[in-house]
Amino acid sequence: MDVLMSDILTALIRIIVVFALALLTVAYLTYLERKVIGHMQVRMGPMRVGPHGLLQPIADGLKLFFKEDIVPTEGYRLTFYFAPILCLVCALILFAVIPFDAKFMISRLNIGLLYILSIASVGVMGIILAGWSSGSKYSLLGGLRSAAQIFSYEIFLGFSLMGPLMIAGSLDLVKIVEAQSVPFIVYQPVAFVIYLIAALGEINRVPFDLPEAESELVAGFHTEYSGMKFAYFFLAEYANMIIVSAIATIVFLAGWKGPILPGWMWFLIKMFIFIYFFIWVRATFPRYRYDQFMRIGWKIMLPLVLANIFVTGVVILFIGGY
Amino acid sequence: MYQAISPYVPVLILILLAVLFGVVTLLIAWLVRPNAPYSEKLSPYECGVEPLQPGKLRMSIRFFVIVLLFLLFDVEAVFMYPWAVMYKPLGWWGFIEMALFVIILFVGYIYAWLKGALEWE
Repeated sequence: MDVLMSDILTALIRIIVVFALALLTVAYLTYLERKVIGHMQVRMGPMRVGPHGLLQPIADGLKLFFKEDIVPTEGYRLTFYFAPILCLVCALILFAVIPFDAKFMISRLNIGLLYILSIASVGVMGIILAGWSSGSKYSLLGGLRSAAQIFSYEIFLGFSLMGPLMIAGSLDLVKIVEAQSVPFIVYQPVAFVIYLIAALGEINRVPFDLPEAESELVAGFHTEYSGMKFAYFFLAEYANMIIVSAIATIVFLAGWKGPILPGWMWFLIKMFIFIYFFIWVRATFPRYRYDQFMRIGWKIMLPLVLANIFVTGVVILFIGGY
Repeated sequence: MYQAISPYVPVLILILLAVLFGVVTLLIAWLVRPNAPYSEKLSPYECGVEPLQPGKLRMSIRFFVIVLLFLLFDVEAVFMYPWAVMYKPLGWWGFIEMALFVIILFVGYIYAWLKGALEWE
Protein backbone atom coordinates (compact mmCIF):
# COMPACT_ATOMS: atom_id res chain seq x y z
CA MET A 1 0.00 0.00 0.00
CA ASP A 2 2.84 2.36 0.90
CA VAL A 3 4.63 1.52 -2.33
CA LEU A 4 1.45 2.22 -4.29
CA MET A 5 0.93 5.58 -2.61
CA SER A 6 4.54 6.66 -3.07
CA ASP A 7 4.40 5.58 -6.73
CA ILE A 8 1.29 7.61 -7.42
CA LEU A 9 2.75 10.56 -5.53
CA THR A 10 6.00 10.44 -7.55
CA ALA A 11 3.99 10.19 -10.74
CA LEU A 12 1.83 13.17 -9.77
CA ILE A 13 4.81 15.34 -8.84
CA ARG A 14 6.54 14.50 -12.10
CA ILE A 15 3.40 15.16 -14.12
CA ILE A 16 2.82 18.54 -12.50
CA VAL A 17 6.46 19.61 -12.93
CA VAL A 18 6.56 18.59 -16.59
CA PHE A 19 3.10 20.00 -17.30
CA ALA A 20 3.84 23.39 -15.75
CA LEU A 21 7.27 23.66 -17.35
CA ALA A 22 5.87 22.61 -20.72
CA LEU A 23 3.16 25.30 -20.63
CA LEU A 24 5.67 27.93 -19.51
CA THR A 25 8.17 26.97 -22.21
CA VAL A 26 5.45 27.00 -24.84
CA ALA A 27 4.37 30.48 -23.77
CA TYR A 28 7.92 31.78 -23.84
CA LEU A 29 8.66 30.12 -27.19
CA THR A 30 6.33 32.65 -28.81
CA TYR A 31 8.44 35.40 -27.19
CA LEU A 32 11.70 33.73 -28.26
CA GLU A 33 10.45 33.37 -31.80
CA ARG A 34 9.38 37.01 -32.11
CA LYS A 35 12.61 38.20 -30.53
CA VAL A 36 14.90 36.04 -32.67
CA ILE A 37 13.10 36.84 -35.92
CA GLY A 38 13.05 40.50 -34.93
CA HIS A 39 16.81 40.59 -34.46
CA MET A 40 17.36 38.63 -37.68
CA GLN A 41 15.44 41.37 -39.48
CA VAL A 42 17.33 44.15 -37.62
CA ARG A 43 14.35 45.00 -35.42
CA MET A 44 14.06 44.80 -31.65
CA GLY A 45 11.04 42.51 -31.39
CA PRO A 46 8.61 43.02 -28.47
CA MET A 47 9.99 45.70 -26.10
CA ARG A 48 7.05 47.40 -24.37
CA VAL A 49 5.68 44.96 -21.78
CA GLY A 50 8.21 44.58 -19.00
CA PRO A 51 12.01 44.79 -19.42
CA HIS A 52 12.86 43.80 -23.00
CA GLY A 53 9.23 42.73 -23.44
CA LEU A 54 9.70 39.78 -21.06
CA LEU A 55 6.09 39.89 -19.89
CA GLN A 56 4.73 39.87 -23.45
CA PRO A 57 3.58 36.19 -23.45
CA ILE A 58 1.62 36.78 -20.21
CA ALA A 59 0.00 39.90 -21.66
CA ASP A 60 -0.88 37.98 -24.83
CA GLY A 61 -2.35 35.14 -22.81
CA LEU A 62 -4.47 37.48 -20.71
CA LYS A 63 -5.68 39.31 -23.79
CA LEU A 64 -6.78 36.06 -25.46
CA PHE A 65 -8.39 34.94 -22.21
CA PHE A 66 -10.65 38.00 -22.08
CA LYS A 67 -11.53 38.01 -25.78
CA GLU A 68 -15.05 37.38 -27.00
CA ASP A 69 -15.67 33.90 -28.29
CA ILE A 70 -17.33 33.71 -31.70
CA VAL A 71 -19.00 30.68 -33.27
CA PRO A 72 -19.84 31.39 -36.93
CA THR A 73 -23.48 30.89 -37.93
CA GLU A 74 -22.69 28.12 -40.38
CA GLY A 75 -20.40 26.27 -38.01
CA TYR A 76 -21.08 23.08 -36.09
CA ARG A 77 -21.00 24.23 -32.49
CA LEU A 78 -19.99 21.04 -30.70
CA THR A 79 -17.22 20.09 -33.11
CA PHE A 80 -16.08 23.70 -33.18
CA TYR A 81 -15.38 23.53 -29.46
CA PHE A 82 -14.06 19.99 -29.53
CA ALA A 83 -11.38 20.55 -32.20
CA PRO A 84 -9.03 22.93 -30.33
CA ILE A 85 -9.28 20.88 -27.13
CA LEU A 86 -8.35 17.75 -29.08
CA CYS A 87 -5.36 19.53 -30.64
CA LEU A 88 -4.15 20.82 -27.28
CA VAL A 89 -4.61 17.56 -25.39
CA CYS A 90 -2.83 15.54 -28.07
CA ALA A 91 0.09 17.95 -28.03
CA LEU A 92 0.41 18.05 -24.23
CA ILE A 93 0.17 14.32 -23.55
CA LEU A 94 3.12 13.69 -25.86
CA PHE A 95 5.36 14.89 -23.02
CA ALA A 96 4.51 11.70 -21.08
CA VAL A 97 7.32 9.60 -22.55
CA ILE A 98 10.06 12.16 -23.21
CA PRO A 99 13.12 11.23 -21.12
CA PHE A 100 14.70 14.53 -20.06
CA ASP A 101 17.38 12.65 -18.19
CA ALA A 102 18.37 9.04 -17.54
CA LYS A 103 15.98 9.06 -14.56
CA PHE A 104 13.53 11.90 -15.07
CA MET A 105 10.50 11.17 -17.22
CA ILE A 106 6.80 10.85 -16.47
CA SER A 107 6.65 7.26 -17.59
CA ARG A 108 8.89 4.82 -19.39
CA LEU A 109 6.88 2.91 -21.98
CA ASN A 110 8.53 0.14 -23.95
CA ILE A 111 6.69 1.46 -27.04
CA GLY A 112 7.60 5.13 -26.44
CA LEU A 113 8.29 6.10 -30.04
CA LEU A 114 5.16 4.35 -31.30
CA TYR A 115 3.12 6.17 -28.63
CA ILE A 116 4.42 9.52 -29.86
CA LEU A 117 3.77 8.81 -33.53
CA SER A 118 0.27 7.48 -32.92
CA ILE A 119 -0.84 10.32 -30.62
CA ALA A 120 0.59 12.82 -33.10
CA SER A 121 -1.63 11.26 -35.80
CA VAL A 122 -4.70 11.78 -33.63
CA GLY A 123 -3.75 15.45 -33.21
CA VAL A 124 -4.19 15.96 -36.96
CA MET A 125 -7.87 15.12 -36.59
CA GLY A 126 -8.30 18.26 -34.51
CA ILE A 127 -7.06 20.39 -37.40
CA ILE A 128 -9.32 18.66 -39.92
CA LEU A 129 -12.34 18.98 -37.61
CA ALA A 130 -11.53 22.66 -37.01
CA GLY A 131 -11.41 23.35 -40.74
CA TRP A 132 -14.60 21.44 -41.42
CA SER A 133 -16.70 22.69 -38.52
CA SER A 134 -15.99 26.40 -39.07
CA GLY A 135 -18.34 26.59 -42.05
CA SER A 136 -15.97 28.94 -43.86
CA LYS A 137 -14.26 28.45 -47.21
CA TYR A 138 -10.80 29.40 -46.01
CA SER A 139 -11.02 27.14 -43.02
CA LEU A 140 -12.17 24.18 -45.07
CA LEU A 141 -9.43 24.66 -47.67
CA GLY A 142 -6.83 25.09 -44.93
CA GLY A 143 -8.07 21.98 -43.14
CA LEU A 144 -7.98 19.87 -46.30
CA ARG A 145 -4.51 21.07 -47.24
CA SER A 146 -3.34 20.43 -43.75
CA ALA A 147 -4.76 16.91 -43.78
CA ALA A 148 -3.06 15.99 -47.05
CA GLN A 149 0.19 17.61 -45.94
CA ILE A 150 0.43 16.07 -42.51
CA PHE A 151 -0.65 12.66 -43.74
CA SER A 152 2.01 12.74 -46.47
CA TYR A 153 4.83 13.92 -44.25
CA GLU A 154 3.93 11.61 -41.43
CA ILE A 155 4.94 8.70 -43.65
CA PHE A 156 8.42 10.10 -44.23
CA LEU A 157 8.74 11.04 -40.60
CA GLY A 158 7.96 7.46 -39.58
CA PHE A 159 10.23 5.92 -42.21
CA SER A 160 13.14 8.22 -41.38
CA LEU A 161 13.10 6.96 -37.79
CA MET A 162 13.23 3.36 -39.04
CA GLY A 163 17.01 3.38 -39.66
CA PRO A 164 17.95 4.40 -36.09
CA LEU A 165 15.36 1.92 -34.80
CA MET A 166 17.02 -0.92 -36.69
CA ILE A 167 20.38 -0.06 -35.11
CA ALA A 168 18.97 0.46 -31.59
CA GLY A 169 16.59 -2.51 -31.75
CA SER A 170 14.00 -0.98 -29.44
CA LEU A 171 11.10 1.47 -29.40
CA ASP A 172 11.88 2.44 -25.81
CA LEU A 173 13.27 6.00 -25.91
CA VAL A 174 15.61 5.33 -22.99
CA LYS A 175 17.07 2.27 -24.71
CA ILE A 176 17.46 4.22 -27.95
CA VAL A 177 19.58 6.78 -26.13
CA GLU A 178 21.56 4.09 -24.31
CA ALA A 179 22.34 2.38 -27.63
CA GLN A 180 24.12 5.51 -28.87
CA SER A 181 27.77 5.36 -27.88
CA VAL A 182 28.18 7.43 -31.03
CA PRO A 183 25.16 9.66 -31.86
CA PHE A 184 23.05 8.15 -34.65
CA ILE A 185 23.47 11.31 -36.71
CA VAL A 186 26.88 9.90 -37.68
CA TYR A 187 25.44 6.59 -38.93
CA GLN A 188 22.21 8.04 -40.33
CA PRO A 189 22.88 11.47 -41.88
CA VAL A 190 20.31 10.95 -44.67
CA ALA A 191 17.62 9.91 -42.21
CA PHE A 192 18.45 12.95 -40.08
CA VAL A 193 18.00 15.41 -42.95
CA ILE A 194 14.78 13.74 -44.05
CA TYR A 195 13.53 13.80 -40.45
CA LEU A 196 14.15 17.54 -40.18
CA ILE A 197 12.34 18.28 -43.46
CA ALA A 198 9.43 15.99 -42.57
CA ALA A 199 9.24 17.57 -39.12
CA LEU A 200 8.89 21.02 -40.67
CA GLY A 201 6.00 19.66 -42.75
CA GLU A 202 4.45 17.85 -39.80
CA ILE A 203 4.31 20.88 -37.50
CA ASN A 204 3.17 23.31 -40.23
CA ARG A 205 6.18 25.59 -40.05
CA VAL A 206 7.61 27.83 -42.74
CA PRO A 207 8.56 26.90 -45.49
CA PHE A 208 5.76 24.31 -45.32
CA ASP A 209 3.08 26.34 -43.51
CA LEU A 210 0.64 25.88 -46.38
CA PRO A 211 -2.41 25.14 -44.20
CA GLU A 212 -2.28 28.67 -42.81
CA ALA A 213 -0.66 30.46 -45.74
CA GLU A 214 -1.81 33.92 -44.67
CA SER A 215 -1.39 35.53 -48.09
CA GLU A 216 -3.81 33.12 -49.80
CA LEU A 217 -5.95 31.51 -47.09
CA VAL A 218 -6.23 34.29 -44.47
CA ALA A 219 -5.23 31.97 -41.62
CA GLY A 220 -6.24 28.54 -42.85
CA PHE A 221 -8.04 26.27 -40.45
CA HIS A 222 -8.16 28.76 -37.55
CA THR A 223 -9.59 31.69 -39.53
CA GLU A 224 -12.85 31.63 -37.58
CA TYR A 225 -11.36 30.97 -34.16
CA SER A 226 -11.00 33.63 -31.49
CA GLY A 227 -10.11 33.95 -27.84
CA MET A 228 -9.00 30.96 -25.83
CA LYS A 229 -9.77 28.44 -28.58
CA PHE A 230 -7.37 30.27 -30.87
CA ALA A 231 -4.78 30.20 -28.10
CA TYR A 232 -5.17 26.40 -27.87
CA PHE A 233 -4.14 25.99 -31.50
CA PHE A 234 -1.09 28.14 -30.84
CA LEU A 235 -0.16 26.23 -27.70
CA ALA A 236 -0.55 22.95 -29.59
CA GLU A 237 1.63 24.16 -32.45
CA TYR A 238 4.47 25.25 -30.20
CA ALA A 239 4.18 22.18 -27.99
CA ASN A 240 4.50 20.05 -31.12
CA MET A 241 7.60 22.02 -32.05
CA ILE A 242 9.16 21.15 -28.69
CA ILE A 243 8.22 17.48 -29.08
CA VAL A 244 9.65 17.23 -32.58
CA SER A 245 12.89 18.80 -31.35
CA ALA A 246 12.99 16.46 -28.36
CA ILE A 247 12.56 13.40 -30.61
CA ALA A 248 15.34 14.62 -32.89
CA THR A 249 17.55 15.04 -29.82
CA ILE A 250 16.75 11.59 -28.48
CA VAL A 251 16.98 9.63 -31.70
CA PHE A 252 19.81 11.40 -33.51
CA LEU A 253 21.86 13.35 -30.95
CA ALA A 254 22.08 10.83 -28.08
CA GLY A 255 19.61 12.62 -25.79
CA TRP A 256 21.00 13.49 -22.37
CA LYS A 257 24.50 12.11 -23.02
CA GLY A 258 27.41 14.54 -22.88
CA PRO A 259 30.49 15.40 -20.81
CA ILE A 260 30.72 17.52 -17.61
CA LEU A 261 27.24 19.10 -17.52
CA PRO A 262 24.32 17.18 -15.97
CA GLY A 263 22.13 15.15 -18.34
CA TRP A 264 19.00 17.27 -18.36
CA MET A 265 21.08 20.33 -19.23
CA TRP A 266 22.55 18.57 -22.26
CA PHE A 267 19.08 17.50 -23.27
CA LEU A 268 17.75 21.06 -23.11
CA ILE A 269 20.77 22.49 -24.93
CA LYS A 270 20.39 20.01 -27.80
CA MET A 271 16.62 20.51 -27.90
CA PHE A 272 16.92 24.28 -28.09
CA ILE A 273 19.43 23.98 -30.93
CA PHE A 274 16.63 22.36 -32.94
CA ILE A 275 14.04 24.89 -31.81
CA TYR A 276 16.40 27.69 -32.81
CA PHE A 277 16.90 25.96 -36.15
CA PHE A 278 13.14 25.91 -36.78
CA ILE A 279 12.89 29.63 -35.96
CA TRP A 280 15.90 30.38 -38.14
CA VAL A 281 14.33 28.52 -41.06
CA ARG A 282 11.20 30.60 -40.63
CA ALA A 283 13.19 33.82 -40.88
CA THR A 284 15.11 32.62 -43.93
CA PHE A 285 12.96 30.72 -46.42
CA PRO A 286 9.93 31.72 -48.49
CA ARG A 287 6.88 29.46 -48.58
CA TYR A 288 6.74 26.54 -51.00
CA ARG A 289 3.99 26.18 -53.54
CA TYR A 290 1.60 23.33 -52.77
CA ASP A 291 2.35 21.26 -55.88
CA GLN A 292 6.10 21.64 -55.35
CA PHE A 293 5.68 20.63 -51.75
CA MET A 294 3.75 17.46 -52.59
CA ARG A 295 6.19 16.59 -55.37
CA ILE A 296 9.20 16.83 -53.04
CA GLY A 297 7.44 14.60 -50.58
CA TRP A 298 6.08 11.85 -52.77
CA LYS A 299 8.60 11.75 -55.60
CA ILE A 300 11.93 12.47 -53.90
CA MET A 301 11.68 11.85 -50.17
CA LEU A 302 9.75 8.58 -50.27
CA PRO A 303 12.18 6.70 -52.60
CA LEU A 304 15.09 8.26 -50.72
CA VAL A 305 13.87 7.19 -47.32
CA LEU A 306 13.12 3.64 -48.50
CA ALA A 307 16.60 3.47 -50.04
CA ASN A 308 18.03 4.60 -46.71
CA ILE A 309 16.27 1.74 -44.89
CA PHE A 310 17.52 -0.71 -47.53
CA VAL A 311 21.14 0.45 -47.29
CA THR A 312 21.00 0.45 -43.48
CA GLY A 313 19.65 -3.09 -43.55
CA VAL A 314 22.39 -4.37 -45.85
CA VAL A 315 25.16 -2.65 -43.90
CA ILE A 316 23.91 -3.98 -40.55
CA LEU A 317 23.83 -7.53 -41.92
CA PHE A 318 27.32 -7.31 -43.41
CA ILE A 319 28.97 -5.69 -40.41
CA GLY A 320 26.88 -7.60 -37.91
CA GLY A 321 25.67 -4.56 -36.00
CA TYR A 322 27.46 -1.36 -35.12
CA MET B 1 10.58 3.18 -12.52
CA TYR B 2 7.33 2.49 -10.69
CA GLN B 3 7.02 -0.69 -8.66
CA ALA B 4 3.32 -0.96 -7.89
CA ILE B 5 1.62 0.66 -10.88
CA SER B 6 1.70 -0.03 -14.59
CA PRO B 7 3.71 2.53 -16.61
CA TYR B 8 0.48 3.47 -18.37
CA VAL B 9 -1.13 4.84 -15.22
CA PRO B 10 0.91 8.09 -15.19
CA VAL B 11 0.12 8.53 -18.89
CA LEU B 12 -3.57 8.16 -18.09
CA ILE B 13 -3.31 10.72 -15.27
CA LEU B 14 -1.57 13.12 -17.66
CA ILE B 15 -4.34 12.65 -20.26
CA LEU B 16 -7.01 13.38 -17.63
CA LEU B 17 -5.10 16.43 -16.45
CA ALA B 18 -4.68 17.76 -19.99
CA VAL B 19 -8.39 17.33 -20.78
CA LEU B 20 -9.28 18.98 -17.47
CA PHE B 21 -6.93 21.89 -18.22
CA GLY B 22 -8.48 22.39 -21.66
CA VAL B 23 -12.09 22.27 -20.52
CA VAL B 24 -11.71 24.22 -17.28
CA THR B 25 -9.76 27.05 -18.90
CA LEU B 26 -12.48 27.41 -21.54
CA LEU B 27 -15.15 27.42 -18.83
CA ILE B 28 -13.40 30.11 -16.78
CA ALA B 29 -12.86 32.17 -19.92
CA TRP B 30 -16.58 31.78 -20.63
CA LEU B 31 -17.34 33.34 -17.24
CA VAL B 32 -15.15 36.41 -17.66
CA ARG B 33 -15.29 37.27 -21.36
CA PRO B 34 -17.79 39.65 -22.97
CA ASN B 35 -20.53 38.28 -25.21
CA ALA B 36 -22.20 40.65 -27.66
CA PRO B 37 -22.98 38.82 -30.88
CA TYR B 38 -24.79 40.25 -33.90
CA SER B 39 -25.38 38.70 -37.28
CA GLU B 40 -22.55 40.47 -39.15
CA LYS B 41 -20.05 39.44 -36.53
CA LEU B 42 -21.16 35.82 -36.67
CA SER B 43 -21.11 35.46 -40.46
CA PRO B 44 -18.16 33.51 -41.90
CA TYR B 45 -15.14 35.62 -42.85
CA GLU B 46 -15.00 36.64 -46.50
CA CYS B 47 -12.62 39.61 -46.82
CA GLY B 48 -15.27 42.08 -45.67
CA VAL B 49 -18.04 41.35 -48.18
CA GLU B 50 -21.20 39.29 -47.77
CA PRO B 51 -20.45 35.55 -48.14
CA LEU B 52 -21.06 34.57 -51.77
CA GLN B 53 -21.66 30.84 -51.43
CA PRO B 54 -22.22 28.52 -48.49
CA GLY B 55 -19.01 27.53 -46.75
CA LYS B 56 -19.29 23.85 -47.54
CA LEU B 57 -17.40 23.62 -50.80
CA ARG B 58 -16.83 20.61 -52.96
CA MET B 59 -13.29 19.40 -52.49
CA SER B 60 -10.69 18.33 -54.99
CA ILE B 61 -10.52 14.57 -55.52
CA ARG B 62 -6.71 14.82 -55.25
CA PHE B 63 -7.00 15.06 -51.47
CA PHE B 64 -8.91 11.78 -51.43
CA VAL B 65 -6.28 10.06 -53.60
CA ILE B 66 -3.48 11.31 -51.34
CA VAL B 67 -5.23 9.98 -48.25
CA LEU B 68 -5.69 6.60 -49.96
CA LEU B 69 -1.96 6.50 -50.72
CA PHE B 70 -1.27 7.50 -47.12
CA LEU B 71 -3.33 4.56 -45.92
CA LEU B 72 -1.30 2.22 -48.09
CA PHE B 73 2.07 3.44 -46.85
CA ASP B 74 1.01 3.86 -43.27
CA VAL B 75 0.01 0.22 -43.12
CA GLU B 76 3.44 -0.54 -44.50
CA ALA B 77 5.00 1.62 -41.78
CA VAL B 78 2.99 -0.10 -39.04
CA PHE B 79 4.19 -3.45 -40.35
CA MET B 80 7.78 -2.22 -40.45
CA TYR B 81 8.05 -1.03 -36.82
CA PRO B 82 8.11 -4.47 -35.21
CA TRP B 83 10.33 -5.66 -38.04
CA ALA B 84 12.81 -2.81 -37.47
CA VAL B 85 12.93 -3.53 -33.73
CA MET B 86 13.60 -7.24 -34.32
CA TYR B 87 15.86 -6.64 -37.31
CA LYS B 88 19.15 -8.02 -35.95
CA PRO B 89 17.69 -11.30 -34.60
CA LEU B 90 15.80 -11.89 -37.87
CA GLY B 91 18.92 -11.60 -40.02
CA TRP B 92 18.90 -12.18 -43.79
CA TRP B 93 15.46 -13.84 -43.81
CA GLY B 94 13.88 -10.79 -42.31
CA PHE B 95 15.62 -8.62 -44.86
CA ILE B 96 14.44 -10.72 -47.83
CA GLU B 97 10.87 -10.94 -46.61
CA MET B 98 10.60 -7.20 -46.04
CA ALA B 99 12.25 -6.57 -49.43
CA LEU B 100 9.53 -8.68 -51.11
CA PHE B 101 6.80 -6.80 -49.23
CA VAL B 102 8.25 -3.39 -50.11
CA ILE B 103 8.69 -4.38 -53.78
CA ILE B 104 5.01 -5.34 -54.02
CA LEU B 105 4.03 -1.99 -52.51
CA PHE B 106 6.51 -0.19 -54.74
CA VAL B 107 4.77 -1.59 -57.84
CA GLY B 108 1.60 0.07 -56.61
CA TYR B 109 3.52 3.28 -55.96
CA ILE B 110 4.91 3.31 -59.52
CA TYR B 111 1.41 2.63 -60.86
CA ALA B 112 0.04 5.60 -58.91
CA TRP B 113 2.90 7.75 -60.18
CA LEU B 114 2.30 6.74 -63.85
CA LYS B 115 -1.45 7.32 -63.48
CA GLY B 116 -0.69 10.87 -62.35
CA ALA B 117 -1.96 10.54 -58.77
CA LEU B 118 1.07 12.46 -57.51
CA GLU B 119 0.65 15.43 -59.87
CA TRP B 120 -0.93 18.69 -58.72
CA GLU B 121 -1.94 21.07 -61.48
